Amino acid sequence: MTGLTHYLVVSALLFSLGLLGILLRRNLLLIYMSLELMLNAANLALVAFSRFNQQLNGQVMVFFIITVAAAEVAVGLALIVALFRKRQTVHVEDLNTMKL
Amino acid sequence: MQDAFFYLFSALTLICGFLVVANPISRNPVTSALFLVLTIISLAGLFVLLRAFFLAAVQILIYAGAVMVLFLFVIMLLNLKDEEQRKIKRTSVILGGIGGGALACLLVGTLAANFSPGQPNLLMVEGSTMALGKILFTEYLLPFEIVSVLLLVAMVGVVLLSKKELK
Repeated sequence: MTGLTHYLVVSALLFSLGLLGILLRRNLLLIYMSLELMLNAANLALVAFSRFNQQLNGQVMVFFIITVAAAEVAVGLALIVALFRKRQTVHVEDLNTMKL
Repeated sequence: MQDAFFYLFSALTLICGFLVVANPISRNPVTSALFLVLTIISLAGLFVLLRAFFLAAVQILIYAGAVMVLFLFVIMLLNLKDEEQRKIKRTSVILGGIGGGALACLLVGTLAANFSPGQPNLLMVEGSTMALGKILFTEYLLPFEIVSVLLLVAMVGVVLLSKKELK
């Protein structure tokens, strides 16, 4: 019988995997994808809590999180493309100055 | 039966999540993006197990169908050839592993300490479209309208940021 704790453990492990990706990779796009992984882990935790507390508020919040994440991905990728046009790189270690 | 599906989907999610982050075979960003799509689809399966049907459909349509397509479009737009030749330093792997592992141990340890076995399915609400729509248009009407304005603002910002010369 899978209870709340099982879903929360999956969510916690997925969150730590996303954190590992942010710390480990040096490509901006891969760091961004690990960030999306962390958002998905939070979504899973919210839906699990909403189910096991017999409310719908968690699912509404996940609805809004998915929408805001879509807008954020669009703006973030536009920023990355603009940065690539200026500096010709998406490697984080090359982007070590604030000057364009 | 439900337990078997839960273990299948959660194993699929965690394996694909790990392959997004640290793929031992190829360091192509396209491979990581495709494994992220698989992770999102397995998460939609977990949502279905949690009776959030509308959210599972929304997750596949929007997250896997629009957001990840945008990601892949941008990855292929920036021709990232030299990413695959750069070496990952040994110390960063060890320190990253310690950081991620520490957080995982902290979270899973806290959860395992307060372990409560699953209860049989009582009267639990279902995340059907009608129920979610009712609560979205009555109780959460203001965030709904604000999010639509937010999407408009994001669209305008993206169009502005993608201009050729930023004057």
